[in-house]
Amino acid sequence: MTFRYLPMTEQDRKEMLETIGVQTTEELFAEIPENVRFHGELAIPQALPEPLLVKHMQRLSGKNANLDQYTSFLGAGVYEHYVPSVVGHVISRSEFYTAYTPYQPEISQGELQAIFEFQSMICELTGMDVANSSMYDGPTALAEAAALAFSHTKKKKVFVSRAVHPEAREILLTNAKGLGYEVVEIPLQDGVTNLARLEEMADEDTAAVIVQYPNFLGNLEDLGQIEQIAHKHKGLLVVSSNPLSLGILQPPGAFKADIVVGDAQPLGILPQFGGPHCGYFATTKALMRRLPGRIVGQTVDEDGKRGFVLTLQAREQHIRRDKATSNICSNQALMALAASVYMSALGKQGMQDIALLNVKKAHFAKQRLSQVSGFEIAHEQPFFNEFVIRVNGSVEEVNRKLLKQGIIGGYDLGKAYSEYQNHMLVAVTELRTQEEIEQLAVALEGLL
Amino acid sequence: MSKETAKQLIFEMSQPGRISYSLPASDVPETEGLPAQFMREVPAELPEVAELDLMRHYTELSRRNHGIDNGFYPLGSCTMKYNPKINEDVARYPGFSKIHPYQAEETAQGALQLLFELQQDLSEITGMDDVTVQSAAGAQGEWTGLMMIRAYHEGRGDLMRNKVIVPDSAHGTNPASATVAGFETITIPSNEKGLVDVEALKEVLGNDTAALMMTNPNTLGLFEEEIKLIADLVHEAGGLLYYDGANANAILGYARPGDMGFDVVHLNLHKTFTTPHGGGGPGAGPVGVKKDLMPYLPKPMVRQREDGSYFFDHDMPQSIGRIKGYYGNFGILVRAYTYIRTMGPDGLKQVSEYAVLNANYMMHRLAPYFDVPFTQNCKHEFVLSGNRQKKQGVRTLDMAKRLLDFGYHPPTIYFPLIVDECLMIEPTETESKETLDKFIDAMIQIAREAEETPEIVQEAPHHTIVRRLDEVTAARKPVLRYSKS
Repeated sequence: MTFRYLPMTEQDRKEMLETIGVQTTEELFAEIPENVRFHGELAIPQALPEPLLVKHMQRLSGKNANLDQYTSFLGAGVYEHYVPSVVGHVISRSEFYTAYTPYQPEISQGELQAIFEFQSMICELTGMDVANSSMYDGPTALAEAAALAFSHTKKKKVFVSRAVHPEAREILLTNAKGLGYEVVEIPLQDGVTNLARLEEMADEDTAAVIVQYPNFLGNLEDLGQIEQIAHKHKGLLVVSSNPLSLGILQPPGAFKADIVVGDAQPLGILPQFGGPHCGYFATTKALMRRLPGRIVGQTVDEDGKRGFVLTLQAREQHIRRDKATSNICSNQALMALAASVYMSALGKQGMQDIALLNVKKAHFAKQRLSQVSGFEIAHEQPFFNEFVIRVNGSVEEVNRKLLKQGIIGGYDLGKAYSEYQNHMLVAVTELRTQEEIEQLAVALEGLL
Repeated sequence: MSKETAKQLIFEMSQPGRISYSLPASDVPETEGLPAQFMREVPAELPEVAELDLMRHYTELSRRNHGIDNGFYPLGSCTMKYNPKINEDVARYPGFSKIHPYQAEETAQGALQLLFELQQDLSEITGMDDVTVQSAAGAQGEWTGLMMIRAYHEGRGDLMRNKVIVPDSAHGTNPASATVAGFETITIPSNEKGLVDVEALKEVLGNDTAALMMTNPNTLGLFEEEIKLIADLVHEAGGLLYYDGANANAILGYARPGDMGFDVVHLNLHKTFTTPHGGGGPGAGPVGVKKDLMPYLPKPMVRQREDGSYFFDHDMPQSIGRIKGYYGNFGILVRAYTYIRTMGPDGLKQVSEYAVLNANYMMHRLAPYFDVPFTQNCKHEFVLSGNRQKKQGVRTLDMAKRLLDFGYHPPTIYFPLIVDECLMIEPTETESKETLDKFIDAMIQIAREAEETPEIVQEAPHHTIVRRLDEVTAARKPVLRYSKS
């Protein structure tokens, strides 16, 4: 035995080969023809014993500036929030993380119930009727929503606000190419979706209108008006929403949204360089049987005892194959569990408190930064925990200087928006103290 | 797990006023808040519990769940091998878990180096020219690969290729992914040896063929011996060959899809490379391609500059575009990288050697008691048929449920679809001979019960916390969420 994960001993090997009736393991590979056999050794680094492996991994990890070392004002879809200790403890239980998809419900009731609770919590936050067990992430969930709208309405045009996360819009374009729907971008006006333009552009071929709330620039869209335009043309209203903000914001369900998607990353999931996070997908009763992905339902066992199972499987790829509602097979169960623990820990009151704390900190920061000369507040719109400032010069340059003072600055909007060159998207979560906000303001003042 | 009463939902434990959080009071001066029209009228009805009750709730749920750490999990085509603990530790280092996808590249060089080296290692292991690690799962990898295949044909002005061929033993995601990528699926039968029927393939190949998707070894655990011929036929017809890497655990260091003639490959890091399944995810499904398809890889890719530094290359004009937020499931990629560094080239080859030895050993020991539809050497997994037991009134589902009483997760059942009463068994290399022997003993006992006391099997499970659940009513009258009333 040379590898700790491989328990095979010489004695085992001998006995097993004897049972099979061959001399060597090589004979078991006889079906692999010589002309496709790989000979020699894979050109990858040699095995490392655990202590050296740890050193190597620590060295790699140490080359990255982490959020424990810096004060960050970076958001743009991935947020630094406090993760209560219980979250890590629960998702580290290997009964959860070493399990597969709960195909055998009798020995998977824990996972199934946890997902059922997740679905219920997402419904509560979004104000929707049903939710699935989770998706890869927020941006891919948004593309799945467009696909649902396209197949349900049998109409071709998907209108997407330019204030939707740029990466989500990119994925939407890739997805549209495959399925054959058309993506039409709704322009911006003063940091929100231009509703007059949407009104002009939408027509009877509208499959969906997709907006983000709060939008990518941090601002709050007028969902009431957008709903009217979408539904006037019998298109679906799809809202992508930061679930943490829904602790205090009027939920999209209250505006008659047909589909609400988003990323549960703000709910107890660490940034992890962008993944794994956790997409969520909620909709109305009317569209329930068109949901993509796994869904858990409540039922009873032979003794009448309550239990949970994967349900509505007639939609899914393993049954319907090429006629399935989606090709998705897995979900992000462990991350959904993290989000559930987070929502349970914060609870009814805590989700309101934390959302409000984000609002207060961000609104103070915006007011404070508005006093810094050389920087201008870009929009005066209602917003949640992010806002845009205009910088004198390059954002990259500003951020480089901030980094030297221990601050990770905001997102460089010019990277994704030609009209926002030299604009920075500043995120302020509950973790930022008044002192840190002051530090940012002073640092920015000092740059001029 | 023992027989107990139904577990309360966390909502049912809720008591107004209980909390398990502690937030600081606001330390900033009051500013004008949000306009009233944006404020929630009714708070979300989330549970209110204290911290100990929360921990007991989730601990209790975990006790009602079976993972690999609890016991043997021979779920075919899922490669339920040991999930190393060091991988979990490493993924939680702040330098990996607390880094932001948009922080400056020069402050994330360790992460970029890891991604770059993983792209390289996976290219070498699969025999491909380049690999993207962006895709979050096998199914997403399939779709990504098919979108690249589509772009490749279109790039050559070959616009008629709208058909994807899949064998009838294929995973359901193959045809579903083909649909999402805008293709039609043609299913071809397997021959009596359980392999792709080359004559049937020849009949459907043509100038509308975009690709043939194959799993090799296939879902019966059999190596497609005529792979070279199949690859030549597909290529001659102008199509491309897609490798579903679900079963890659059988061939590490023995054969590479790239050398077999495959143009596109996806791997499931949560199968072959030990990243945990997490109860259904997150996973990762990197996609490898040959040179001709490299321009179409999703963006961004990680590249190295001459000075040794790493960067995200977004300048890929022919790319199919972005397929997932940010750079994939990075935390999962860290685990897979750690595993590859743990095993090295020798270790990975031993993985496949023992995975295949274990599977053949089990097949031989079980052969006297169950029908074995295909008798050649299997690779990392094999299928049995419960036809003999069916005649005794015991179905494969019953046997699977009976295995629960012995503390095992049953094999994959009723898949692949082409074997009656199918049981698909994948032991993996991380299980000891004693574990295999005990499981075999349980299977033999169940076969005996089917003969002598079938009702014991038919009524199983007997010792789980719930008995068989009513799935029909669950689908007919769906209850998908808790509501107070």
